[in-house]
Amino acid sequence: MLSFNILVLVATLYVGLLFGVAWAADRRARRGQLGWMRSPVVYTLSLSIYTTAWTFYGAVGSAVRNGFEFLAIYLGPTLVFVGWWWLLRKLVRVGRSQRITSIADLLSSRYGKSAMLAVIVTLLAVVASTPYIALQLQSVARSFSAFASRGGTGIDPPDVNVTAFWLAVGLAVFTILFGTRSIDVNERHHGVVTAVAVEAVVKLVALLTVGIFVVWGIAGGAGDILQRISAADLNTASASGNRWVALTFLSATAIICLPRMFQVTVVENSDERHLETASWAFPLYLFLMSLFVLPIAVVGLAELPAGSNPDLFVLTLPIAHKQEALAMLVFLGGFSSATSMVIVAAIALSTMVSNHIVMPLWLRMRRPTAEISGDVRDVLIRSRRLSIAAILALGYGYFRFTGGSEALASIGLIAFTGVAQMLPVLVGGLFWRGATRRGAIVGLLAGFAVWAYTLFLPSFEGSWLMSADTIANGPWGIALLRPQGLLGIMGVDPLVHALVWSMGVNTVLFILVSLVSFPSPLERMQGVQFVNVFEHSSGQGPKGNVAVEADDLLVMAQRIMGNVTALRLFREVAREQGKGDGLPDPTPEFVDRLERELSGTVGAATAHAMIGQITGGTTISVEDLIAVADEAAQIMEHSAQLEAKSRELARTARQLQVANEKLRELSIQKDSFLSQISHELRTPMTSIRSFAEILRDSRDLSDEQMRRYSGIILDESIRLTRLLDEILDLSVLENGQVTLERATGRLSEVIDKAISATVIPGQDARLKINVSEEADKIEITTDLDRLAQVFINLVSNARKYCDARDPRLQIRVGRDEDRIVIDFIDNGSGIPERHREIVFEKFSRLSDASAAGSAGLGLAISREIMRNLGGRIEYLPGQGGAAFRVTVPVSPPEPSHGVN
Amino acid sequence: MKEQVSPQFLDRRSYRRKRLIDAARLLPLFGAVLIFQPIPLLFIPSGGGAVTLAVYLFVLWLGLIVSAFLLARRLGRNAAAD
Repeated sequence: MLSFNILVLVATLYVGLLFGVAWAADRRARRGQLGWMRSPVVYTLSLSIYTTAWTFYGAVGSAVRNGFEFLAIYLGPTLVFVGWWWLLRKLVRVGRSQRITSIADLLSSRYGKSAMLAVIVTLLAVVASTPYIALQLQSVARSFSAFASRGGTGIDPPDVNVTAFWLAVGLAVFTILFGTRSIDVNERHHGVVTAVAVEAVVKLVALLTVGIFVVWGIAGGAGDILQRISAADLNTASASGNRWVALTFLSATAIICLPRMFQVTVVENSDERHLETASWAFPLYLFLMSLFVLPIAVVGLAELPAGSNPDLFVLTLPIAHKQEALAMLVFLGGFSSATSMVIVAAIALSTMVSNHIVMPLWLRMRRPTAEISGDVRDVLIRSRRLSIAAILALGYGYFRFTGGSEALASIGLIAFTGVAQMLPVLVGGLFWRGATRRGAIVGLLAGFAVWAYTLFLPSFEGSWLMSADTIANGPWGIALLRPQGLLGIMGVDPLVHALVWSMGVNTVLFILVSLVSFPSPLERMQGVQFVNVFEHSSGQGPKGNVAVEADDLLVMAQRIMGNVTALRLFREVAREQGKGDGLPDPTPEFVDRLERELSGTVGAATAHAMIGQITGGTTISVEDLIAVADEAAQIMEHSAQLEAKSRELARTARQLQVANEKLRELSIQKDSFLSQISHELRTPMTSIRSFAEILRDSRDLSDEQMRRYSGIILDESIRLTRLLDEILDLSVLENGQVTLERATGRLSEVIDKAISATVIPGQDARLKINVSEEADKIEITTDLDRLAQVFINLVSNARKYCDARDPRLQIRVGRDEDRIVIDFIDNGSGIPERHREIVFEKFSRLSDASAAGSAGLGLAISREIMRNLGGRIEYLPGQGGAAFRVTVPVSPPEPSHGVN
Repeated sequence: MKEQVSPQFLDRRSYRRKRLIDAARLLPLFGAVLIFQPIPLLFIPSGGGAVTLAVYLFVLWLGLIVSAFLLARRLGRNAAAD
């Protein structure tokens, strides 16, 4: 007889073996030696967590109670996997390309990264999974006591609660150890998956061995078994009708939506092609698992005493036939089924809880000081561990609360119906671009509520929240609201009733609300990414997360950081890793560091996307793209600002250049002005000096001579004075410091004054001057003396330079609206074109010959005067002789003009 | 979305692949119909004995598995040849 102690010892050794397997697999994975761990066989075996202790033990119980019903639980998943081309292929592709970590993440990501949706799905998953976990604890605890009670070794059967408690603790420790070792971007757990694969083999072997023992050991072979089956009163009607269809549908849904199934099918998938193998291998596994269920059921019914729990036939048959070793194997098989399910479920749920509930809360609480990445990592791991412990505690609490009274199958189906609520939203999200976040939230919440009302709460049979009376007669006695007979539909199986109502309400609301609501831009982009995933991503599997080539990284780093910097960084890391001159190993720390370094150059999002391309082989998600676009926009803004600044600088430089040019011109002008002035002053000074010397030194000068010489000195002094006056005048005018004295007068008077002033007494006035009569009619308000000065200059110029034999000066007066135009036209030879601008320059004289008594400042002064008066003077070409036009405004310029 | 211009006639291998995909898509529908048991219901008026039913379901199941195996193998080989 097996003693209870041996049982515990074997179980402990078995767990130790699993620890070893998981540890070794994790170590190999971290060294990049994935090899067979990424084979399709391991993938398929890991899917076997679908067959939990519920199916390991419960299938036989179900066959005894409901005939063929247990088959529906396997046929649904078979259809889903056989039809992988429809849904699973797309699901896995989306999961990989969007770096999905859980089903909550998938739905939230599809519907515009909705945090609320993630929270809803997480809560739903936790609520639906808790009874399921309780179920596993219960079945293992029961198998323990089944052993102990039959053992007859004098040891009291252990308390079921105690067993379940220690089991929960042990599972929590295992899950925490191997489920949270690394927070990997891809959330893959090679150790756990490998251990699960080993357990899958154990449970299959156990069940097949029992089956073979039952068929050929207890019964008389296949023929005998078939006879027994047809003799047994099995419920064949269970394989048809609405419950059969509903169960097939439910199990098909469950294999897609159960968080733990999503974890192994999508998240832990390392190569899409593994699905090809799993498409037939997983149904084959299920086939083998259920092949002997009917034989065990009929033999158990016949052999075991009436009243035995059919849920434990698998275990009690070998015990009854004294097959201790076989019983032990079966026990381990059941133990494996339970533990692998709980471990993976706990990992999947803890990922969801910590990613979508704990972390957002934590980040929100300490928003002001967040930004410490190492810190966040620690928090993440800690929150995972706490979540795992909390989930197992919940499962244990549920187990204690329900007292383990219910038949195993019903709990499983309740959980299935709960998670099935995610199906419409999931399928809609993958195939319908019009599905919106609002629709998803409303549909999910409604389906969840109907499920809770019609199935979950009634399952407590009146012991929690919903009273037995409410279940029987509806709340407040309203029969139409009876949880198991909504709108008076009675006589339907409660499960089918709940399934049809919850899924119906869920789907209809999801579609209706989606149709009338409008998705956000992010939602629409994600919708396209999900629905058209095969157009946006390649089917090539990644080279494996850990097996990144260091040279790939180096090439990329060189491209971005430059050769020298990249090489320096790589050498440094290689030295730190103790690798001397070689390339460093692409450890996660190194990749992290490289990403940080790169992000300094190209921005965090871009760096993440680039590293992700090399390490994860995933495509860039919309979120990444948006972040990249943000960075690009920032860079563009910076460069636009720089461009504007450089334009401004260029403008300033141009202005400075112009100013500089002007200054140089001015300086040249000043120099030439000074040299001209000294030249002009020198001529009279020289003659004054020489005559003064003659007067001083010569004693024999006649009076006549002395008077003449003194006269010359006087004349030259006068000329000198006049020159200085003119220079002063010009300087005053040029600086605009002149004070204008405005007066109103007739233009003809100003002209007459000018003419008479130019007549030098005693000289022959050869010049004939003709003034047009209009000058009489024009009144002008300006500085009349200054204007006269200009006229004098022009008239005396005509007198001096007009070389005609019969010189004549025509003064024509015209008037515009606000300007008076006075033209001085003589009949001389005029000024050659090339000199027309020069005549207005200082000290410009066209020929020295006729320059008697002139410093060449007249026209320069005239131009300055006109400028001050708000008019101008210019040469008027094409008039037959020298012609100047003076333009004066009728009304005086602004007084301020004189100040400037 | 830009309209994709696909050739009207595919070469033999692409054509074969498309039909294989069609078969892979139809297989679960075919299986679902048979699982919901029109044949026992239609042709065995009494619903058949438990053995008949069990044999029917398990043979159907195995048939699905074998078909899926053949399809997956040919699809895999076909894709590898591309």
